[in-house]
Parts: sequence; structure tokens; C-alpha cells
Amino acid sequence: MNLKFKNKKITGILTVLPSKEVSFDDEMENYNFSKEQSAKLKKIMGYGSHRIADENVCCSDLAIAGINYLLDKDHLKKEEIDAIVMVTQTPDYIMPVTSIIIQGKLDLKKDIYCVDINQGCAGYLVGLHQAFMFLEQESVNKVLLINADILSRKVSKKDRNSYPLCGDAASITIVEKDTVNSEIFSNIKIDGTNWDALTIPAGGMRIPTSPETGFLYEDDKGNIRSKDNLVMKGDAVFNFVQTEVPPMINDLLIYSGVKMDDIDYFMFHQPNRFMLQKLADKMKVSYDRMPNNVVEHFGNASGVTIPTDITYNLGSKLCVNEYMICLAGFGVGLTWSSMLIKMGKLDFCEMINY
Amino acid sequence: MDKIVSILSEIRPEFDFTVSDDFINDGLLDSFDMITLVTELDKTFLISIDGVDIIPENFRNIKTIADLLAKKGVSVL
Repeated sequence: MNLKFKNKKITGILTVLPSKEVSFDDEMENYNFSKEQSAKLKKIMGYGSHRIADENVCCSDLAIAGINYLLDKDHLKKEEIDAIVMVTQTPDYIMPVTSIIIQGKLDLKKDIYCVDINQGCAGYLVGLHQAFMFLEQESVNKVLLINADILSRKVSKKDRNSYPLCGDAASITIVEKDTVNSEIFSNIKIDGTNWDALTIPAGGMRIPTSPETGFLYEDDKGNIRSKDNLVMKGDAVFNFVQTEVPPMINDLLIYSGVKMDDIDYFMFHQPNRFMLQKLADKMKVSYDRMPNNVVEHFGNASGVTIPTDITYNLGSKLCVNEYMICLAGFGVGLTWSSMLIKMGKLDFCEMINY
Repeated sequence: MDKIVSILSEIRPEFDFTVSDDFINDGLLDSFDMITLVTELDKTFLISIDGVDIIPENFRNIKTIADLLAKKGVSVL
């Protein structure tokens, strides 16, 4: 599905990272890799260090810390916030939604729209779509898009497929109406027939959490996890990304009329370094235009990898310059989405520790 | 062919890759080994194997790996 949004813009991005940094070297003994294998995978996949939230920290804590930082720095005023779009797979509670918890704890105005979306690696794009749609309303002038996930708590520490890569983080993106005549092009595709390629089997109504769902088992690849943990069919997900993402970008270029050479940066979701390098090679994009260093420094925090990529690799450059940026997110659902957006002269583009 | 065997033996020195016709089902290579192998082949032959080609069928034995390299214009025969 193609989507076009007129006269909308991003005016600031903040990434909030837990201070606790854990290195792959310290966790190696959890996985049944040989030392030689670990050393090679570290280099190829980008296993480095990842940020892990403390046990008592939830998504709303990271988000509230970020919003308070923006309020303190005068980047934001409480009364300006007309809507909160929160994208998370790890909410504070089953009910109510986390955006409402945030609205309450920050004592934001009651004349506000709060909504949570359960999305993963395409969650930054899906969140932007929703924010842009809110801005079609006359009464909505500023939307806070919050992406946050604390997936480390749902991934088994002995799952060598997923744990070395996962990370926790939150981001706050401010989205507003643009007074300049502008267009943002996007597309999205969904394939629910492969819903189980990335899933947490237990904990919902289909398989409620029980002592049984907490039992650890070893799969045929040597990963040890329970039904309460995230399961990723790594091979299937890799193949899906390599098959679907390059043609999706090609379709977006045709739809928008923008040429590949006109794009300054490709800020893609980062599952691991290898996957990104293969995409870049296929699309004939140099690695400096498609950074792949988020996983090695921070881990893959699902929908937060794109804003982390932007704040870490472009940062203050985006406060001065303007770039044509191609965003792409792909993962759980399966869902894949891309966007061409002119971004720049931001009020802020930075990272803070929690 | 020798070069492929040599790369495979570096990745999994405990196995003899000349006596198996099915590295995947015989347990000589897992998906992480395949990724390591692709990286080594890319580096050795100055190519980039397409992501869509990183599937078990292409890494089953020496011949299927040689066929995959041939798709990239590399002859190892």
C-alpha cells in the first residue's frame, strides 16, 4: 500500500538509553558457541555491547525521563502536546495502555489523544504514519511519537539467536504540521500468514502464562528458551528481509519519483550488521550511507533502532543541515515499510542515558 | 574446489568436508556457519553473495557452493 502525507515534518528526535552496558564477551559463556565461533560472529554480526534496562525499569520510565529532559531544555511545552502515539511490544501493563500512564504521570492536559500500537521493527514507520494522520485534524498540531521496548526481559539469556543482539531503549520524536508545502512518500506491506516468524508464544489469552510456559527447552539449534520468551525463526526472517526490502525501496522510488542518488542516507532498522551489509550490497549503497553500527554499540531495540541510528550517526548534523532520508523497518507481523522524508534543521537530535 | 574445502575446514576444523554430500543434514554446518562461510567467500573472491541466496540448499555440498560462486562469475573448477 502506498501512502502520501502532505505538510508534515519531524522537528526533533531524542533517544533514551539505559545506562547499563553489557558486553557480548561477558555473556559468551551463556551460549554454546566455541570461542573461535564467537570471535567470528562478533565481527560479522556486530555483537558488541548492548544496553539493558534494570529489572524495575519499564518503558514509561524511559519515555518520561526523555520527555522531562525535553521540557527542562525548553524543547517542548506540556500544553502543546495534542496526542501521544506510543509504539511498544512491552507495555507496563496489559491495561491500561502505556501512553495513558505517561499522560497521567506527567500531568498532561486532558484534551489529548493517547493511543498504543503493538508493533516491532517496523514500529517507527507505523508510528510516523499514525502521527501524520493525527495531524490531519485541526485540533492536533503536535504529536509525540514514543517508541520504546524492553525486550531483554522477554528474550532468554541462553538464546544465542536473539539475546546477543537485543537491546532496550526508548525514543521520542516530535511530529508537527509543516507550513512549507512538502510531501512524504511511504509504503507498507503486511503478511500475517507468517505471524509466527517472530513471536512470544505465551502471555496473551491464547496461551496464558503458567508454570508450564516457564519451563526451559532446547531447540534443534541449541537455543534454550521457554514459551514465555521471544522466538525468532532467524533463517526465515533473514530471507524475508533480503527478498522483500530491496523491491519495496524500488517501488517507493518509482512512486515518489525520487532517484537513488538523491537520497543522502538510508536509515534502516538494524537487526544485525550482516543483514544490513547484505541489503546495502544488493541496493548498491555504500555502508556510510546506510550505517550498520547500532547493534554493536546499543543492541537492537526493535522500533527504536531507526531513531537510535539517526541520533547516533547524524545527531547534530541534522540540526544544521537538511537531508533526503530513506527509512525502512521490517520484522514482526511480518510487516515491512519504507519512507522518503526530507529531514533537517531539527530543534534537537540527541541521545541521553537513563 | 580446494579453496572451498580449505575455507570450510577453517570454519569447522573438526569435520572432513570431502566425505559428506550434505553438510546441513549431516550436521557439519549450521546457520551461523553459513553466515561465516558467506563472509569468507565474499572476502576471498571479492564478491557479495546475494542475501536471497543464503539458503541451506546453496551450502549443501562443495558442488552447490561452487554453483553459487559461478552465479557471481567465480569459477573454482
